[in-house]
Order: sequence, then C-alpha cells, then structure tokens
Amino acid sequence: MNHLVIAPLLLPLLVGTLLLLSRRTLSLAARRALNLAAILGQILLAIELLILVGDGTVLTYHLGHWPAPWGIVLVADRLAVWMLLVTSLLAFFALLHAMQGTDTCSRHFHPLFQLQLFGLNGAFLTGDLFNLFVFFEILLLASYGLLVHGGGAARVRAGLHFVVINLVGSTLFLFAAGAFYGLTGTLNLADLSLKIAQLPPEDLGPARVAALLLLAVFALKAALAPLHLWLPSAYASTSAPVAALFAIMTKVGAYSLLRVETLLFGEQAGILAGFYAAWLLPLGLLTLALGALGALAATELRRQIAYLVVVSVGLLLAAFGLGSREGIAAGLYYLVHTTFATAAFFLLADLITRERGWAADRLVPGPALPNAGLLGGLFFVTALLVAGMPPLSGFVGKFLVLRAALAEPGWPWMLAVVLVGGLLGIVALARSGSLLFFHIRGAGSGEPTHPPPAKDLPGASLPTIGLLLLCLALLIGSGPVLDLAEATAGQLLDPAGYIQAVLKPVGIQIAPWEAES
Amino acid sequence: MEALMSLIVGVLTAGGVYLLLRARTFSVVLGLTLLTYAVNLFLFASGRLTIGAPPILDPEVSRYTDPLPQALVLTAIVISFAMTAFVIMLALRARAELGNDHVDGRASVRDSQESET
Repeated sequence: MNHLVIAPLLLPLLVGTLLLLSRRTLSLAARRALNLAAILGQILLAIELLILVGDGTVLTYHLGHWPAPWGIVLVADRLAVWMLLVTSLLAFFALLHAMQGTDTCSRHFHPLFQLQLFGLNGAFLTGDLFNLFVFFEILLLASYGLLVHGGGAARVRAGLHFVVINLVGSTLFLFAAGAFYGLTGTLNLADLSLKIAQLPPEDLGPARVAALLLLAVFALKAALAPLHLWLPSAYASTSAPVAALFAIMTKVGAYSLLRVETLLFGEQAGILAGFYAAWLLPLGLLTLALGALGALAATELRRQIAYLVVVSVGLLLAAFGLGSREGIAAGLYYLVHTTFATAAFFLLADLITRERGWAADRLVPGPALPNAGLLGGLFFVTALLVAGMPPLSGFVGKFLVLRAALAEPGWPWMLAVVLVGGLLGIVALARSGSLLFFHIRGAGSGEPTHPPPAKDLPGASLPTIGLLLLCLALLIGSGPVLDLAEATAGQLLDPAGYIQAVLKPVGIQIAPWEAES
Repeated sequence: MEALMSLIVGVLTAGGVYLLLRARTFSVVLGLTLLTYAVNLFLFASGRLTIGAPPILDPEVSRYTDPLPQALVLTAIVISFAMTAFVIMLALRARAELGNDHVDGRASVRDSQESET
C-alpha cells in the first residue's frame, strides 16, 4: 500500500478543477504557470515511481482499503509507469507549444488539458476493466473538447465523426465488460486472468465473443485497420498542440491491447492463450500498408503526418502481436520513439503552416519560407526519425522489431511489408520536403507573394526541438532503456507477480462479524 | 423472462444500429441513445435476473440479487447522459457551422435545389 500510486491521478484532477474555477480570478500567465507546474510534478512523480518499480515490484493501491476482487485497485507496474512518464514528458512540450497562443482560442483549454492527463494516467494505472472504461470516458470527453478547441467548420465536422465513433466504441466496451462479468463474476483484471484460465468448455464461445468485442474497442482507440479511418481527418484538422498530445491517444489503445493480451490471454490462459496475438500481427501489418499508401496520397502535410501515425500504430501492434519477449520489448522502445517523433512532426507542421501564408500546409508549390534554413533542417531530422532511417532512434526501434520478427514463421511477410512501407514513407516525405522547401512559386492574382514575417521563429520552435532532443536522448540511452523494456516485457509475460500483488490480502478485516463466525 | 429480456436488448440494438447508420445527426443521436439503453439492460442482466431479493446484507435472507451490475448500470447511465448532452451540443454546433445537419456536413441535392429556387 503506497499512497504515491494515486498521486498521478489526484494531481491533474485537483489542478484541473482549480484551473476551471480560477478562470476569472487568475491571470493567464498564472494559469499557464500552474498548468506547467502540475505537468512538471507529474514528470517527477513518474520518475519517482519508476525508481520504485524498477526492480520488478508491483505497487498496488486499494481504494478505501477494500480487498482486491471487491474493491477498486490501482496497479503501478513497469509498463504503467513507463506510459505515465512518456505521457507527462509529451504533455510538457505540447503545453509549451500551446502557450504560443493556441490556449487563448477558447476558454477551457487549460482545465481540459489537465483532465485529459487525468484520464490518461487513470487508464494506465487502473487494474479493473470497468474502471478502464470510466477512465476512457474521462479522457475521451476531455479530448472531444480539445479536438474542437478553436472551432471552425473542418474541426467541428471531424469532431462529430470522432465523438460518434468513440461513443459507439464505448457502447461496445460496456457490452464486452458485461459479458465478462456474466461469465466470470469479476471485473478485476488480475482476478479475470485466473477465472478465464478456469472457464468450463461450454463458456469458451461467449468468452471469445467478449474478447473480440474488447479487441474491437481497443483497436478502434489504437486506430488498427479497418477501424483507422477516423484518425487522419481528426488529427489533421485539430490544433497542433492537441494533435501532438493525441500522439499518446492511439498508444492508450495499444497499451490496453498489450495488457489484455498478456494478462488475460497469456500462456496461462489455457485454450484461449495467444488469442489476441493471432489477430494483432496480421491486422498490424495491414494497418502499416494502408497507412503508407495514405501517406503517399495525402495532399496536406498534416494529413500525411496523421497517416504516418497510422503506419507507426501498425508497426507497434505487429511487434506486440509477435508475443515474444524480444517483440514486446522492441515494441515498447518503438512506442516511446514514435510518440515523441510524431508529436514533434505535428508541432513542426504548425510552424511551417504559419510561415507559408496562403499555401498553409497544402502540398503544392508555395511561397519561399523566410526561415527555410531552420525549418528545413528540423524537417529533415524529423523526417529521418519518422521514416526510421539510420542513425536516429526510429531506425533502432524498427531494427529491433524486425530482429524480433525473425523468430516468427511468417517473417518474410513481416519484413517485406515493413520495409516496403518504410520505403513508401520515405518517398512521401521526400516529395513533401522538396515541395515545401525547394519548389517555390509566386502566388496567384490578389494573393500576397510573401507571408508576413514570423515574430521570433527560433523561440517558437523550441518545443519541437525539445521533443527531437528527447528522441536523441532515447538514442544515446538505448542501452539502459532497452534493458528496462526487456524487463518490462518479462514482467508482462509472467503475470504471476502482478496477480499476486493485486489479490494478496491487505491485512485488514472487512467487517467485524466475519471474524467472529 | 430471460427470453423477453434478450429480445428487448436485441431489438433496441438493431434499432440503434439502423438509426446510427442514417445520414442525419438527429437520427444518429437517437441511435446512440437506443444503443445505450440496450447496453444498460444487458449490463443489468449480466448479474443474472432475480426477482424480489435484496441487494444488501440482511441476516434474515439467504437469497440475494447481485448489487454490482446495478452500480455499473448507474455509472453507465450517468456517463451516457453526459455524452448524449455533449453530442447534441456538437450536432447543433455542426448545424450552425456547416449549414446543414448531414453527418458529413454536405448539402444534399434537395438542399441545394431549395437554395437555388
């Protein structure tokens, strides 16, 4: 019982509420500082928790001291804390970028930002299927608000699609949770893991149905084909800091898939063992291929980046679908890289859009950029990262996934799809880069030839550079990070420690009359 | 009772899915509402259907109904209310911004004919 486990939930919830209430009393600068301080606090909490769980301990927090299968439980193992740290680091730079003016476009940006983090942290920490649903709803409700932040017809249209499809997903989640409860009588993930292994044969059919419903829900969140169609227009039409923060939203789906794959349908699950892995690998490769084609066909830079997010989701879930220790570890390394790299790309696209004036981010010959040197350099580095070219962290991640894939019988397929997808990504990015920076054309009649010069662009690009430096740090620290990823994968593949930590008695009696009888 | 319950859940779900696939935001919202009704009944039934039994501890009773699904349904109802309110507001906003209530924001053939005349 460690109270630190619930701190990453309480901090954003309280600060978010405070920001909501103090809109009229605090100045904008004070609210920005408060928001930033709360995110810094979350980074420190995540680091502190990482030190505590680094040796393989699983920290649990039983709310209200109710013992586990009955009460609500929060669980911090290596994977959960890993995700917490990635989320808070990403949020820090996204917020820094938003402070350049995006956060003044509507009234409730700052509270929504913190509530989004509350939902994300809760989804990573919860050890209960129904609470996962509740935290999904919290993070989705905040994301609906953030997505349409700033308004505009395109945003509202994309927002409507995003909201409706996610509401359908929530309904499916409830059907799945109800079916699991009807079959096993529990919603605690650790308890479910034990009960699923002992299911009588006549219940295996309904269990498969419930598991597939759950797979559909998480696949929808993660944007796994064929449920990825909502992502490009949603990410391409929203504001840049929100798109950058949403780089973690698909990873919530990937996290849930990994958690359920290893905890509920791992090797201990009897007949249902490996049930998710068999779906994830082919669907992941399909997602990768479709995303690469989309990136090639995109006519706007931001839509192209959104399709590259789809590509990264495909590779990530294919790595998780390998189900081996090496595959999952490679996936976890790649997850960190792709979150930071795509977020940096969205922020960079925003800078380019501001500089290009009338051409915005459309991939057409446009006006010359005033700061072509800086922006072009950043574009080059980011494109190398996202495309997975050596010597940057994208290459390391992709190489690790491919090396892990060699153990799989169908490895030629995986190698072929990943490498061809990577080539298509490079072609698409090279085309956009040359269109944006080299193919200069004057404007048509009545349009200004040169956009107004940006105020302090080098300063505005600092959050982007910060995210790129995180990718560089990931590359330099590859050794320790990979050791941690391997240890995390090992912990996931042997869930006995997790189950024992959650279900062990907490050493208190629930009711006095039970002790007497 | 089980047959009646499953029939109701099935009909509500079918109606919800049909309305969800319509092109106007109003029917989509109605479809989402029907789907949440269906899932609430489904959740309620997941603790088995029991009549006339208390959900809380009582020394004189030996037969109980499962209290957990009722708590789950309550949570689900609250969340779905909030979500329905939000999606209605968003649909109204889309109607104002896009000029029509098509889910893709496109003007239908009849709308454009009306605007021409």
